[in-house]
Amino acid sequence: MSKVIEGLRYAESHEWVKVEGDIAVIGISDYAQHALGNIVYVDMPEVGDEVTAGEDFGAVESVKAASDLISPVSGEVVEINEELEDAPEAINADAYENWIMKVKMSDPSEVDALLDAAAYEKLCENE
Amino acid sequence: MKYYDKLIFEVSRPGRKGYELPANGYDTDGLSAIPAGLLREEQPELPEVSELDVVRHYTNLSNKNFGVDTGFYPLGSCTMKYNPKINEEVAALPEFASLHPLQDEETAQGALELYYNLQQALANIAGLAEFTLNPYAGAHGELTGLMVMRQYHITRGDTKRTKVIVPNSAHGTNPASAMVAGLEVVEVKSKPNGSIDVEDLKPLLDETVAGIMMTNPNTLGMFETEILEIAKLVHDAGGLLYYDGANLNPMLGKVRPGDMGFDIMHINLHKTFSTPHGGGGPGSGPVGVAAHLVDLLPAPRVIKDAEGKFHITGKTDKSLGSVSSFLGNFGVMMKAYAYILSLGKENLKNVGPMATLNANYIKESLKDDYLLPIGGACKHEFVFDGLKDKSTGVTTLNVAKRLLDYGFHAPTIYFPLLFHESMMIEPTETESLETLDEFIEVMHKVAKEARENPDTVKNAPLTTLISHPDETTAAKKPILSYRQLKADQDA
Repeated sequence: MSKVIEGLRYAESHEWVKVEGDIAVIGISDYAQHALGNIVYVDMPEVGDEVTAGEDFGAVESVKAASDLISPVSGEVVEINEELEDAPEAINADAYENWIMKVKMSDPSEVDALLDAAAYEKLCENE
Repeated sequence: MKYYDKLIFEVSRPGRKGYELPANGYDTDGLSAIPAGLLREEQPELPEVSELDVVRHYTNLSNKNFGVDTGFYPLGSCTMKYNPKINEEVAALPEFASLHPLQDEETAQGALELYYNLQQALANIAGLAEFTLNPYAGAHGELTGLMVMRQYHITRGDTKRTKVIVPNSAHGTNPASAMVAGLEVVEVKSKPNGSIDVEDLKPLLDETVAGIMMTNPNTLGMFETEILEIAKLVHDAGGLLYYDGANLNPMLGKVRPGDMGFDIMHINLHKTFSTPHGGGGPGSGPVGVAAHLVDLLPAPRVIKDAEGKFHITGKTDKSLGSVSSFLGNFGVMMKAYAYILSLGKENLKNVGPMATLNANYIKESLKDDYLLPIGGACKHEFVFDGLKDKSTGVTTLNVAKRLLDYGFHAPTIYFPLLFHESMMIEPTETESLETLDEFIEVMHKVAKEARENPDTVKNAPLTTLISHPDETTAAKKPILSYRQLKADQDA
């Protein structure tokens, strides 16, 4: 059974968001890392890039498949997790500890449209 | 020698030889003619081996191969049919094999006639006007076909058409080829039965659509029954229809893509027309078009004049230009032509029904143990969504690996992406009832093992030289040469 953490918000495309003020910390869920299998590469945006809710901001490549990363919020990328450049498999070890990017949100209300832990858990069960 | 895994360099011993050159009868060693700056200072590290070393080494390596000649190869969407040996005999005929692509066309009339006749035969089979045989393989054919599509709109001055609609069940090469051709991919959803959702398609059809790419039967092995309506909708919206010929096998001589409304298609000669696959192929991906697109086909082309002579034409005004060197993989064309002629018109019509019967036989025999998401008769292939009983945690990957222990090649797994545990099986028409029964028996056995002793299946394969490779390291830090391996070992 995949892990879902209370207090985070989730996109239907399996990214999670942790809100810290006007900053959104974004990663992929445990369900997503499990479905992808061994991750070998994370294609990340650059600091300063603009991302838009619902549009892709990068990709995760595993031995099984390559999958687009869809941004759950809009805003400016203020930090990326550089450790993933050398150790993308860290996401397999802990998908919630190993975030991918931090975004300064231009519209924090976009978070309200995301799923809470209970709703996301239900979504995964039905996938 | 079952577990032989040496490199030829590891067999090498200093001074060992498997050859002797004749004595130099000239008064120079030839080296003095080469400028000193271009001469290497160290000896190259070539393997030093005896003839027997070489023979054993490569024979043992060849024994590690799994091919259609070795055993059953149910790889879905790949049409791993038997490659008849007469094809090889024909392709090896010295009159053809020793031709040079630059020799005068007057002296290569036979080869040009073969190219022309094969092109015509494929056009008849496809219900299209003409083919180019130049593209080297399936994805190259897709790219060429999409370039024709793009060129069609551009030559009409309709430059807004930049989108290609691709179903979410499509082969991964479809969106990839569209991107490479400079077109934008728009996804259309499938209905629960796997066929295109016409209602989802309608709103996508506007003046920016260049065309749609379809595979029929689709990757679930189901015939797109609404194809005529889809063709009308796409044509009315100004788009073209592209047919991915990967799944042509069950249609052969029965249904023609041209009659379904398709304007452009590619054929994988290495699937439907029995030529070898992949690295051992090479492949060939002829592209056929309807009459209104013939002028756009790549150059060179082979034409027949009024006197029955064949000519190679250069690039014409509207043509895409060249997509390959000369006329493509000619040896493959010879094999495909040999296949068509050895079967003949009447027998070609039996290929599809037999492939379909074999697929349905396996599907119905295994659906008690494996989850069949889409029931009803399939065409040449079908998809299981893993084992029916998922409580043991045994995955499609585990089942596929366990099949290796029983001497079968694994089916295509985790494709199409419509299901989580896809297992796509295509037996082709060339397998006997006995082989199908053996495969069915083993698949039942694996399902039983999964219930009673799941760890055996999870730890499979147990009998292969390499059991569980570290795929992450293999993908991230591949060792691709002996020099690299040695540097790694020395470090």
